[in-house]
Amino acid sequence: MPSTTYGKGLRGLSLATLAIIALALALVFFYAPLDADQGFVQKIFYIHVPLAIVSLCGFIFGAVLAAGYLRTGERKWDMRSYVAIHMALIFGIGGLITGSIWAKASWGHWWVWNEPTLVSFLIVLLLFATYQPLRFSIEDPERQSRYASVFAIVAGAFVPLNFIAVRLAQEFVHPRVLTLGGGNLPGSMRLTFLISLVGIALLYVTLWKYEMAAKNARSQVRRLRRTLLGDDNIRPAGRSAAPS
Amino acid sequence: MSAVFAIAPALPLGKSGKFVAGAYIVFVALILIYVAIMAIRAQRLERELDELRRDVEAARAARDPERETEGVL
Repeated sequence: MPSTTYGKGLRGLSLATLAIIALALALVFFYAPLDADQGFVQKIFYIHVPLAIVSLCGFIFGAVLAAGYLRTGERKWDMRSYVAIHMALIFGIGGLITGSIWAKASWGHWWVWNEPTLVSFLIVLLLFATYQPLRFSIEDPERQSRYASVFAIVAGAFVPLNFIAVRLAQEFVHPRVLTLGGGNLPGSMRLTFLISLVGIALLYVTLWKYEMAAKNARSQVRRLRRTLLGDDNIRPAGRSAAPS
Repeated sequence: MSAVFAIAPALPLGKSGKFVAGAYIVFVALILIYVAIMAIRAQRLERELDELRRDVEAARAARDPERETEGVL
């Protein structure tokens, strides 16, 4: 069976990511104008919002990949879904911390419990934080993959529902600068934001491919060992949340 | 590099500078932690590959000891 090579094109992708992120940082600090209301602290927007958006899209991406596993029964889809959710969690934590810093600078509090956007994001993050313990609690690899995929799909469907619910809520403290009608951002700020978003999205894809390549290499080494030396020479992998 | 800094406009850091710096440092720190974890994993994989190579060589030597001896002589 031919194996998938996740490392293909990784160097070009890494260089593109680096270039776009460098460009985004230059635009953030030397091109985008200062916000009339918030001043310099608004620069956090260009890192916080892309991290949060890419994280939420990553959860949905993980759900789509999990559906691929349930449809085909191939372990590679489960691995892809696992890595997508794992990466989205890291980006989500980044979004949460940068948001918290922005909240402290703007509102004087690290966290505001009556703000629907913050709390709903925290709920989504906590929901997906249970994904790994769920996997770890199931020993049988087949069942682990199946249950985790069902969880990923249900939790993934919760992401857009949650987003719509927050948008429909009446009382806002959180500024609404991004809408389907183009939003309230002036042109230079919008361009800077879009470049930042592309940079963070590319970073997500690069790290996803990087981790997939590493996991794929490890599983191929184990498979080679099994083929060459027989099953008796394989050390049991032990219980793990990651697909084997 | 110094030319770039010379033409770059000064940033109005003020009181909010530390918060902006903090947010971007968190971003860089997350990436660095991730890269460090991946480096540890790469080292582990390298060890496993090395172990596999030694095991394969030992298995080959055990399977064909005569050829090994001939090779040495």
